[in-house]
Amino acid sequence: MSDTSVGKMSFEDAMKELESVVGMLEAGEVPLEDSVKLYERGAALKEHCQKKLAEAEEKVARITLDAEGRPTGTERVDAE
Amino acid sequence: MDLFERISGDNTPEFTVSEIAGRVKRLVESELGWVRVRGEVGRVVLARSGHLYFDLKDDRSVLSCMTWKSQVPALTMMPEEGMEVIAEGKMTASGFQSRFSLNAERIVVAGEGALMAMLERRKKKLAAEGLFDEVHKKPLPYLPSVIGVITSPQGVVIRDILHRLRERFPREVVIWPVAVQGDACAPEVARAIAGFNALPPGGSPPRPDLLIVARGGGSIEDLWGFNEEVVARAAAASEIPLVSAVGHETDTTLIDFAADRRAPTPTAAAEISVPVRSELLADLADHEARLSRSMARSMDTLRHGITALARLLPQPEALLANPSQRLDRASETLSRGLDHLVERKRGDLVGAASGLRPALFKSRLDREIQLLEHRTSSLSRGLRHAVDRKNEQLSALVARLSVRQAQTQVRQARGDLDQVSMRMAKAIKARLARLAGRLQALDRTRAGLGYKATLARGYAIIRSGKSVLTKSEEARHARSLEIEFQDGRIKVSGTTGASRKSGTSRARTDRKTQS
Repeated sequence: MSDTSVGKMSFEDAMKELESVVGMLEAGEVPLEDSVKLYERGAALKEHCQKKLAEAEEKVARITLDAEGRPTGTERVDAE
Repeated sequence: MDLFERISGDNTPEFTVSEIAGRVKRLVESELGWVRVRGEVGRVVLARSGHLYFDLKDDRSVLSCMTWKSQVPALTMMPEEGMEVIAEGKMTASGFQSRFSLNAERIVVAGEGALMAMLERRKKKLAAEGLFDEVHKKPLPYLPSVIGVITSPQGVVIRDILHRLRERFPREVVIWPVAVQGDACAPEVARAIAGFNALPPGGSPPRPDLLIVARGGGSIEDLWGFNEEVVARAAAASEIPLVSAVGHETDTTLIDFAADRRAPTPTAAAEISVPVRSELLADLADHEARLSRSMARSMDTLRHGITALARLLPQPEALLANPSQRLDRASETLSRGLDHLVERKRGDLVGAASGLRPALFKSRLDREIQLLEHRTSSLSRGLRHAVDRKNEQLSALVARLSVRQAQTQVRQARGDLDQVSMRMAKAIKARLARLAGRLQALDRTRAGLGYKATLARGYAIIRSGKSVLTKSEEARHARSLEIEFQDGRIKVSGTTGASRKSGTSRARTDRKTQS
């Protein structure tokens, strides 16, 4: 179990750790005190993952280019 | 023959060399004009002047071709020896060396086989540079935040990608519009890849953490821009992980080898790019459920373990039974022993006290004093007798002796008497003092042995009337009790609940009787 702050983890890392936490707890070979800590970490990881999954907003923009093909900005694209 | 020759010769106009050269040139240029010529590239020379010279040949003929320096940048490909190409341009003839040639302004590879052969050569060359090495392949982010899509802004490709992304996991998408075929395709795609990489993180437009280069299906010529070296090099140089999705599944272009991941179709590229949100949510819910379940289970296991252990533990009563019994026995023995001790000491005390009654002692003392006084008085009497007798004898003697002598004798005897009296008084005083000291010491002993000191230690003496009670049975039957504490006594009606009831009823009866 790493001590990385959950808030800074990528979704993938958090999910992977959550899986390992669940696995460890399911194996049932963790001492009680550790298992409580593990459980708390698992809960935090789950919250974090859920938050990441909630950030699911579609936003489509198109880069605008000048005559030389250099980007000048973006314009919204309404995806149908 | 002569006639023919003559006639011919006569009617045939006569040209100078230059005239005929000019005529041929005009004829070639006007009659042939713009042509497309297919052939295999022979010798290729890029002259120091910047002009390009090459030969096109087939099994019988060779055509000289040239592209002027100013025309070279417009070529989409440089001819390579052995390449089957179609060159387009104007036919010209030069009178200077009696030659005709093709001014090629456009060169394309002719035929699929030939194109594939060229592609193969390019691929080998770039592979030799390590451009396609596995070590350079970057893993795609599991869940990209911003996806940069390099494709035509119109058409079905971008729509497919956006649809698929929306179905799986809606994300922020930035489109970099490019031409996906024709001469502009390769440079624009290359510039878009480099352009996305040049965006600063956190700026606007946002820097993508994943790139998709996409194009729909088409002929190999349509897709050719994605086979250009400049595109392959840009894709290989991309810092941002890049997915190529050009053409259909069967189409392979050079960018596919340089990309970090090749998707068979643009839709597949969207699938590769993001996980399915609903599945992740389900996974997460599953993890959460397993988390709480396993926690609950381990708690249960622990609880069971504790219960089992608790069952193995002896009952506290059982543990304490033996010592508690011993305690009971000991305390009983102790109180009994104490009672005994007190009783014995009291007995001792009474015994000692009986001999030590102050009155008795005083009477003895009085008697002694009386005796002493009596003796003293009889002694004085005796003395007086003796004195009288002596006086008589003295008188008799006086008669015989001189008064003076007698007076001296008398004085001496009186002094002796005084001395004896003083010594006797002193002796009696000392005796009395000794006896008083002994009495005090005995009284101290008595007080020490007394039960009062026991009372000071928290014991109490229960009396009923004059007798001391030592048994609860006696107390139960006593009418009233008197408890003596260290500092005094209190009276209690010595009746139990049951006997109080009978007592009360008796009282009532008494009242009745009185009334």
